[in-house]
Amino acid sequence: MSRRRIGLALAAASFAWGFASSVAHATDISFWTWRQEDKAAYNELFADFTKANPDVHVKFESFPDENYPTIVSTALAGGKGGDVIHTHAYGWLEQFVKAGYFEPLDMNTVPSLANQPADALVSGTYRADKKVYSLPFASQTLGLFINKDVFAKAGLTPPTTWDEFITVSKALKEKGIYPLANGMGTSWFNEMFVAIFTNPFLGQGFVGDLTSGKATFKDPRYVAALGKLLELRPYMPDGFEGIDYETAGQLFLSGKAAMLAGGSFDIATYRSQNPAINMDFVAPPMAKAGDTPQATKFFDGGYAVNSKSANKEAALKLVNWMGTKEFGDKFSALLGNISPIKGVVIKDELLSHVAKLNETAMPHINVVYFRFEKPTGSELLQGDITKMMSGSIAPDQLAADLTDGLAKWYKPFQGK
Amino acid sequence: MTDGWRHTERPFLWRRALWIAALLTPALVVMVLFVLWPLLSAFRFAFYEFNGLRPSGFIGLENFRQVLFEKPFSDWTYNALKHNVIAFLALMVFENGTAFLIAFALLKALPGHRVHQVIVFLPVVLSAVIVGFLWKLFLHPLFGLVNQLLGLVGIGAVPWLGNENTALGSILFANIWHWLGFPTLVLLAGMQRISKDMLEAARLDGAGDYALMTKIVWPLIAPSVTIVTILTFIGSFNWFEIPYVMAGLTGSPGGSTDVLGLYFYRTAFGSTTTGIQDFGQGSALAVLMFILVAGVTAIALRYLRRREIEQ
Repeated sequence: MSRRRIGLALAAASFAWGFASSVAHATDISFWTWRQEDKAAYNELFADFTKANPDVHVKFESFPDENYPTIVSTALAGGKGGDVIHTHAYGWLEQFVKAGYFEPLDMNTVPSLANQPADALVSGTYRADKKVYSLPFASQTLGLFINKDVFAKAGLTPPTTWDEFITVSKALKEKGIYPLANGMGTSWFNEMFVAIFTNPFLGQGFVGDLTSGKATFKDPRYVAALGKLLELRPYMPDGFEGIDYETAGQLFLSGKAAMLAGGSFDIATYRSQNPAINMDFVAPPMAKAGDTPQATKFFDGGYAVNSKSANKEAALKLVNWMGTKEFGDKFSALLGNISPIKGVVIKDELLSHVAKLNETAMPHINVVYFRFEKPTGSELLQGDITKMMSGSIAPDQLAADLTDGLAKWYKPFQGK
Repeated sequence: MTDGWRHTERPFLWRRALWIAALLTPALVVMVLFVLWPLLSAFRFAFYEFNGLRPSGFIGLENFRQVLFEKPFSDWTYNALKHNVIAFLALMVFENGTAFLIAFALLKALPGHRVHQVIVFLPVVLSAVIVGFLWKLFLHPLFGLVNQLLGLVGIGAVPWLGNENTALGSILFANIWHWLGFPTLVLLAGMQRISKDMLEAARLDGAGDYALMTKIVWPLIAPSVTIVTILTFIGSFNWFEIPYVMAGLTGSPGGSTDVLGLYFYRTAFGSTTTGIQDFGQGSALAVLMFILVAGVTAIALRYLRRREIEQ
């Protein structure tokens, strides 16, 4: 063999060795989520991460939303599951933390926690030990979608107060347009529907009274706010009891309805379904002129590290990166969600409007405070609200059922 | 001679036994792993409190007490049970009653009976998820076929699945549409086993269709009726797919379509939008459902078999 050939063989061998060793040292981790529709965006984000951290490769694995809790809990109970788990927040997260399935996050392992506002961190914190287990990924805002073209065509202005809402709705109905697209056919959204329209009548003071034990849901303020929902019925579509949230979205997008109570989580979806839609997202009608606009806000969930992960270091590295401004900027731009990370720049006009609403928004009371034990406020409210809207129970009955059910585990309500 | 027989027969018997064991083992392993073990686990979990998603301590019958006697859980249990009972009665009367009449008509072998037999059985081959989704579309208040047809005669949008008074009936209707062919086929098979001589003799004695149906056919298809009744009972109390697809995990609206299967699933495995999982309470519900279905099935079988003999 000539020297030249030996040299070439050595060079090829060392290249192969180097390539093999770089592959051998790369760590493959998996990211589990229920957001199947976000695959392309997350893969783009993970490609950025791997560019900056060539030793870690992230695999996106998604599961159906409805079965996600079952799949995740079963996998984690068997010591399996993704290295990084996309979690929901508050009570949903707590049951996993209680079982020891997630790794606590702190400033040493995840310094980017410092980029999160305090109310966002609460959504990923276990109440018993005050430690953070999930890095918040997005805030969601509930409010009112407005089809601006429908309003313009009808020669009307979107309402800001309750009285205006009723007046405008009457006018829209006379023109053959459904004023409000929503129905009561989707349980999970019904709860959001209640929050959207009752919060402006309740105000931040009511939340303080609830959490301090000064008030229960039997409070006249809550019963009166529920009563306002009944006034909406004439302005919802025919057979609204059976209209689901998907249909409501289609009625709104097609211009058959002028307004839709909805969540900022659907902005990107609606834009993709009807790129020509000329829409706005505003605070729901205020109780009276001069009140503070009161949208509803909650944190949707976060990113947690599987405590049984064999690649904990790499998983923590990824979660830490997901708390940086670099991630937040691109996340908001790609997915149309509002990242809670401080300093994130939201370029989209509509999204920045939503972010502005967040400054005065009220918490989604049931999600933030009453989903920690059984029966949850969500189970109770979702069970009763359709009955109330169909007229088979009165608002005070719903309020009593909610309070009495929660009193099983929520001490401030006991004996009241 | 006898010893010789023993020497040659014993290895044969052993080989036979080993062969049988080898054939049975895979099925037995599958049964133990995927049926017996989960069943026993559910029994065990029913007596434990869960701290988050792990069992944290033995609490005796507390989970059973909660689902049977503590509000609002007990209200939800009895509400779901009530709907299972309604489903069983409705399916017995409307599904199996119609199936009996169709089977009797098919027995008469009128022109086109083979086509009708296929048409009646066709929906059975569809998945329950497809049937549920299809009927959900048909019953849509604004765009559904049913309301479009009703609109032609001036009836406005009816929220079939959104109204507490019509939701369960609508779901039962979809279920009957889906399964009608099965009892029809079982009852028809039973009718076809009746001796033609007997039917002709009854005709010669002047029996009309009604007398033939009630005095001859009905008593003689008792074994088929037993099978249909037992399967309807088990199906009604394990009902899940169609209510899940058409009314969701919460049995909406307002729990008016809730059944034990949905309530068990919701309790044990939770839902992203209603809250948390409780394997303890869920297991207690599963155990109660098992006792109910197995117990009633055993008693009903005993009664129905006796009826068959008496007939």
